[in-house]
Amino acid sequence: MTDSPIPALENVLSEHLQPPMANGEVLFEAPWHGRVFGMAVALHEAGVFSWDEFQRQLIDVIGLWDRNARDADEYEYYEHFQTALQQLMVDKDLLSRDDLAHRQTHLANLPHGHDH
Amino acid sequence: MSQTTAAIRAQALESLLIEKGLLDADLIDDVIVRYNERVGPMNGAQLVANAWLDEAFKQRLLTDATSVVREFEFSGGQVDKLVVVENTPQIHNVVVCTLCSCYPWAVLGLPPKWYKDPAYRSRVVREPRAVLAEFGTTIPAEKKIRVWDSSAEIRYMVLPQMPAAWQGRDVESLAATVSRDSMIGVTVLEDS
Repeated sequence: MTDSPIPALENVLSEHLQPPMANGEVLFEAPWHGRVFGMAVALHEAGVFSWDEFQRQLIDVIGLWDRNARDADEYEYYEHFQTALQQLMVDKDLLSRDDLAHRQTHLANLPHGHDH
Repeated sequence: MSQTTAAIRAQALESLLIEKGLLDADLIDDVIVRYNERVGPMNGAQLVANAWLDEAFKQRLLTDATSVVREFEFSGGQVDKLVVVENTPQIHNVVVCTLCSCYPWAVLGLPPKWYKDPAYRSRVVREPRAVLAEFGTTIPAEKKIRVWDSSAEIRYMVLPQMPAAWQGRDVESLAATVSRDSMIGVTVLEDS
C-alpha cells in the first residue's frame, strides 16, 4: 500500500460515489457516469426492458453520432448511453420528453448548492 | 455538452425515474457497488487458468462457453452467448464491438474506456497490427490476426497463450496473473 499525498478520497466522496476501478483503471470517470449506468442496469433488472432492446437503442444513437460527428467533436460514451436510455423510456411511454426537458431546466436554474 | 450540463441531465433523469416509482436511488447505488466490488476480469481469468490446466475443460470452454459460464454462477453481468477463441502459435485473436460497446461483462467486468472509443472500434478492424502495436504488442508477420466483432447476441473472450515459464503454477496463481487486456486480445502475456 502506498501513501497518497492527497487527503483520502473517501473523505471527499461518499462511499458509493467512489469511481470503480478495474486493473487500476477508473471505470466511471465522473459520478454521473456511474449513476446513468446504474439506472440502466437497475431498470433492466426490474424488468422494464430487455438488455437487447437497450443495446439496439444504443447502437442507433452511437451510429447516428458516428455518421454525423466532425473530427473536433468529443466522443462522450455516457452521454450516448443516457440518450439511449431516455429514448427507450419515452418509447415505452414511461417518461415524456417534455418532463425531461423541464426537469433539466429546473435543476440548471437552481441556485448553486441547492441541487442535492 | 459540458460536464456540468451532462451531470444535471443525468440528475433530471434520475429524479423523474424515482418520482414515477420506476426506480429507487438505493438500487442504483447497489449496481454501482456491485460492479465496483464483485464483477471484474477475475472471472475471465479463472476460466483461462482452468483451461490451461485442464484440457477437457478447455475443450468444453471452446465449444460451449455459455454453459460453462452458467455453471460458474458468476454474479453481476449477464452473458447471453459467450464464445471463447483460443490464441495459438498460428493465430492471434482480438475482440471489438464496432457498433457500440458489447462486451462480456460477466467474465471481464465493465469495458475500459478505450474499448468504447470510436478510434478503437473502427481502427482495429482495418489495421489490427498497428492498433496492437500501440498497446505495445507485436504480432509476428507470419501469425494471422483474427478480429471478432461482438454484438448484443454474441460476446467474445480471448483465451491467451500461457507463457512457458508459468508451467507448474496452480489455478490461483495463474488466475491472478492473467490480465484483462490479454483476454480482449490487445496484449499477450509474457514471462514474469
